[in-house]
Amino acid sequence: MNTLHKELTRTVLYLDGISVSFDGFKALNDLSFVVEPGEMRAIIGPNGAGKTTMMDVITGKTRPDVGTALFAGQHDLTKLDEASIAELGIGRKFQRPTVFESHTVRDNIVLSLAGKRRVFDTLFARSTEDEADKIDQVLDTIRLADRAGMMAADLSHGQKQWLEIGMLLAQDPSLLLVDEPVAGMTDAETVQTATLLKEIAKDHSVVVVEHDMSFVQDLGVMVTVLHEGSVLAEGSLDRVSADERVIDVYLGR
Amino acid sequence: MTGRFLRLTGTSGLILLACLLAAAVYIPVANQYIDPASPFHVNTASVVVFGKYLCFAILALSIDLVWGYCGILSLGHGAFFALGGYAMGMHLMREIGSRGVYGNPILPDFMVFLNWEKLPWFWHGFDQFWFAMGMVVLVPGALAFIFGFLAFRSRVTGVYLSIITQAMTFALMLAFFRNEMGFGGNNGLTDFKDVLGFDLQANSTRIGLYLLSIGALAGAFLICRAIVLSRLGKVLIAVRDAESRTRFIGYRVEHYKLFVFTVSAMMAGVAGALYVPQVGIINPGEFAPANSIEAVVWVAVGGRGTLVGAVIGGIGVNLGKSYLTGALPEVWLFALGGLFVVVTLFMPKGILGLLDRWRRKQIPADKAEQAGAEAEERA
Repeated sequence: MNTLHKELTRTVLYLDGISVSFDGFKALNDLSFVVEPGEMRAIIGPNGAGKTTMMDVITGKTRPDVGTALFAGQHDLTKLDEASIAELGIGRKFQRPTVFESHTVRDNIVLSLAGKRRVFDTLFARSTEDEADKIDQVLDTIRLADRAGMMAADLSHGQKQWLEIGMLLAQDPSLLLVDEPVAGMTDAETVQTATLLKEIAKDHSVVVVEHDMSFVQDLGVMVTVLHEGSVLAEGSLDRVSADERVIDVYLGR
Repeated sequence: MTGRFLRLTGTSGLILLACLLAAAVYIPVANQYIDPASPFHVNTASVVVFGKYLCFAILALSIDLVWGYCGILSLGHGAFFALGGYAMGMHLMREIGSRGVYGNPILPDFMVFLNWEKLPWFWHGFDQFWFAMGMVVLVPGALAFIFGFLAFRSRVTGVYLSIITQAMTFALMLAFFRNEMGFGGNNGLTDFKDVLGFDLQANSTRIGLYLLSIGALAGAFLICRAIVLSRLGKVLIAVRDAESRTRFIGYRVEHYKLFVFTVSAMMAGVAGALYVPQVGIINPGEFAPANSIEAVVWVAVGGRGTLVGAVIGGIGVNLGKSYLTGALPEVWLFALGGLFVVVTLFMPKGILGLLDRWRRKQIPADKAEQAGAEAEERA
């Protein structure tokens, strides 16, 4: 037990035997996988493989029917709500870019900054210099420093995706979940996004869900292939793309 | 100091406050000192009508705070307004004392008429002005808190929330219509005599109430601005724009909604409390679902999410209503419906949105002129 506990606390994310079904349809079926600290992991799989449901389980939006989901080896994610999980340090980027359109780019980051989140804290909150520094730092990372005063609604699609990643960074989470970050991006933007994510992965654990194979190639990280709600294969992209079963269900099509 | 105040009010807000100040000075002076024969004279009946509009404007502000900034479309804010009104009405009833038709020093007339032996428990304390004023904000606030707690915790949003707010005000209307409820049933509360010793029929009291309404409107506006400009206000807008994003960043969205909904309900209660002594009656008709919907139309017409627009809409639409119900009584409901359709289709940001667009068109033209003038000077 003691050794198991030690093993667990070393992991950032530990999923074991997770199953979720909606009206008889098994979205996740005995899914298990582990993310180590500082690791970046790419998740691929055909539509309906359970990628989004998996993210929903990790962030507290969906409760699994059975299974264990632990964060940092000690927090039971199946018992917490979205806000507490975010506070623990799990940030999530949606598939469709979701930013606060009628706020400026800067205010989007302000709202995401790690800090107190209670009603009366925010009612009387004052901006501090520390905050301003942190915001500038994030804006530099996501290359939007010169657009800080722009309304988020006026950003291009790719810029919105970066802004959303910036909002995750401002939250300063230990684990980032990123859902299809390059969907709808131009080739140049895709390459820039890969660079950005690699930069972020230096001091965060990152889980990226993506369809775009060349992008996953660019990331050059360990890949987990999902199929029908469970893990089909795991390894480097070269290894999994050589796997017969993977070719059958996904790459071959 | 002035800079901070200007930041708090905003340019359009400053204009609004200046207009309110002007109205606070002009109307009483015109009523008291200008010859009734002069076209600049304002008769007392009009003072009361203006006072009423100011209360509607406060109600509109409270709706804009939840709808315009947090995306909660409440179609039941009339209920909070009416509850504030009833709290005030109960105090005014107790103030009548033995001057009622039946001369009972404790029981209001309608209770004597229904052969009630003693005052129901919830009428106790309302003889005290301060207690009644507390209830004016606490009762609507408590209802909003309980209602909001249940609705927001279960994540009821959008149309479903709007529908249950309608149901809430409708249920209250039916309840208040019942004599057994102890609020005067169908007739409501009326025949008020005085408040804090001031005769409600006296000219000076009416002007006093009018001025109080202006002060309350200005105060409500500044409170709303302060909330909207704070970081909490930014979170509210974030909830309106992308609720689940706000949640995943770590904000408890339901707490924020609950806060703003409760504050807004209290504000609506104050509006109702100021309304009742001016119109002299409160009855269950104030809970009618149509009233709440009408108030939402004011906000839409003025410009949702602008606060100043809510005030303009609240006063403007009611001016139109008074005119039309007088001149062409059959037309009013069609005009109101038509107004909502036109606003929704052609001016989604209301009157203020139109002004804004017009101003933006003007500015580039001005700049071009200026540049031209400078070029000429150089030449």
